[in-house]
Amino acid sequence: MTTVSSTLGRIVDGRQRRKSRWLFVIAVLLVLAAAIFALTLVLGQSFTPPGDILRMLLGETVPGTSFTVGQLRLPRAVLAALAGLSFGMGGVAFQIMLRNPLASPDIIGISSGASAAAVFAIVVLSMNGPAVSVVAVVAGLGVALMVYGLSFRNGVAGTRLILVGIGVSAMLESFIAYILSQAPAWSLQEAMRWLTGSLNGAQLGQALPLLVALALFGGLLLHKARDLDALRLGDDMAAALGVRVGQTRVVVMIAAVGMIASATAATGPIAFVAFLSGPIAARIVGNSGSLLLPSALVGAVLVLAGDYAGQFLLPSRYPVGVVTGALGAPYLIFLIIRVNRSGGSL
Amino acid sequence: MKADSLPTPRRWSAAGRSNRNRGLFLAGLLLVLGLLSALSVGVGTRDVALADVLAGLGGRLDSIGQAAVAVRIPRTALALLAGAALGLAGAIMQGVTRNPLADPGILGVNMGASLAVVVGVAWFDIASAQAYIWTAILGAGGAAVFVYVIGSLGRGGATPLKLALAGAATSVAFSSMVIAVVLPRNDIAGGIRSWQIGGVGGATFERILPVLPFLAAGFAIGLLSARKLNSLALGDELAAGLGERVALARAVASLGAILLCGATTAVCGPIGFLGLVVPHLSRLLVGVDHRWLLPFSAIGGACLLLAADIVGRIVARPAELDVGIVTAFIGAPFFIWIVRHQRVREL
Repeated sequence: MTTVSSTLGRIVDGRQRRKSRWLFVIAVLLVLAAAIFALTLVLGQSFTPPGDILRMLLGETVPGTSFTVGQLRLPRAVLAALAGLSFGMGGVAFQIMLRNPLASPDIIGISSGASAAAVFAIVVLSMNGPAVSVVAVVAGLGVALMVYGLSFRNGVAGTRLILVGIGVSAMLESFIAYILSQAPAWSLQEAMRWLTGSLNGAQLGQALPLLVALALFGGLLLHKARDLDALRLGDDMAAALGVRVGQTRVVVMIAAVGMIASATAATGPIAFVAFLSGPIAARIVGNSGSLLLPSALVGAVLVLAGDYAGQFLLPSRYPVGVVTGALGAPYLIFLIIRVNRSGGSL
Repeated sequence: MKADSLPTPRRWSAAGRSNRNRGLFLAGLLLVLGLLSALSVGVGTRDVALADVLAGLGGRLDSIGQAAVAVRIPRTALALLAGAALGLAGAIMQGVTRNPLADPGILGVNMGASLAVVVGVAWFDIASAQAYIWTAILGAGGAAVFVYVIGSLGRGGATPLKLALAGAATSVAFSSMVIAVVLPRNDIAGGIRSWQIGGVGGATFERILPVLPFLAAGFAIGLLSARKLNSLALGDELAAGLGERVALARAVASLGAILLCGATTAVCGPIGFLGLVVPHLSRLLVGVDHRWLLPFSAIGGACLLLAADIVGRIVARPAELDVGIVTAFIGAPFFIWIVRHQRVREL
């Protein structure tokens, strides 16, 4: 009897420990994100007293602050946080679903699909606002379906899907390059946005469709979090645990693509955030709980910090995508080295 | 007893017929190449009358049409050279790595060359054509070694999958480094961005001339290693058993490919997927014997790049489509097709 109760006690203990570790991680990430968010608002080219910002946020018009913070820094920070959350959560959903860190949307072409559609809608069809987001989401879903269908042959092997995705994204990227070279007012700034992602010229209006998409698709993903975690054990095991595998896949794919694509429509495909957030979150969280929320927060921290560093900490101003790209590229190579060393599959 | 019944004579004659077929294919391909060259001089964003084309070929510059033709001649020459170099380099790489997915673009070699050039231009103020080429070749070589080392870590050596993933990852990594290097330099950013797409527009003989020795060396080394590549195709053990020094053969053939890729990238920028498509198509025509495959890949590459360049000039009139974009649109679906259908190990 005592052995049974002590085993039970240990299980309960372990659960509580994991739960509290998970909550601790979430709290730390939240504080970190909030701190960088506040830093972005307070300290740019010049220092703005927090009191002024608070008064402005409460609706007063504060000369100077209303422009620098209200028009420049606040939209930028809001957009960075929202895009980071979307990239982080959408990316890790894909990585978990396909059980492969390389299967993140920015490597298998979904981000480039959304980006290509957005740039086509803006440059060729002269669209703007939420319509662009809709086009990007539809195109992202189309590309996801295409990659999935093209790699389907007696089931989908993760590695085949990744290679097919690399091919598709090569094509889409040259399409983007072509559209940009045809654009009437060709500017490097715009090109950078659609090739690596940038927050320059962010406006508060862009945040609304992103917020809606995040609430809708993010809610859907969190609702499916339990089933998604079961998928990590393999399709058969998940089915045995009572998960409807096919249905979960479809829902997760739609939700993740929806998040990634709406974020891409606003900021461009910020390089490697979707790819990096999941593994970083997994490192911090361990196996103490779902990765969705931690990864979303890591994404927000990455984009906020990357944008701040790109604006003020580096010798010249870089768009955020270049900073995250420079971080992500060596990690990608490191990941492949480690996988090859261990000889196992990814 | 059994030995008598082997149809030895018939097989020899079969080989002979196949050689005749290959000869016919070769003649046909050369004819196509000639036609495409003529088209490339005659067709462009501006319509030029036949008389003007002929006069322009004769070196006269009296009308706008003749001037257009005079610009198209070096462009055609560059497309021929670059296409042949990339086609041959692709065939060599597929032979050396015994990997159906090998291609200078996919394995990151072209991107390595362009990263080296960009770093050289941005930080070391290289300007002369010679410096460009040496930098590009160094970059191509460094990237090739890097990707091969990463791809062959662990069990099973350099499998197609591991190499392709390592190459793709390295390409992505290098291209974000290129952006990071170029972006703060507004003075060079515009030129490098257009070079980065990969194209043969704006070619002049002054720009082509300095790469000729490198290309010639690359072609010579590449074509001469055909026999060694045939041995390597049997597998390392068997090739060693036949008396081939495997590592040396690999290194020499790769050097040829690196020279070709580096020199081409220095002039045209990174042009992807050509080296993937052409050897596969050539293999369909002439089989796996590298003594035929290599020259066919070179000529086929020249044909394909010329065709892609002509298409790029026609589809987007009055503007032009850079040839790197056209080859990506032809090559990426082909890449996917290979991934789906070929018996790529471990896929």
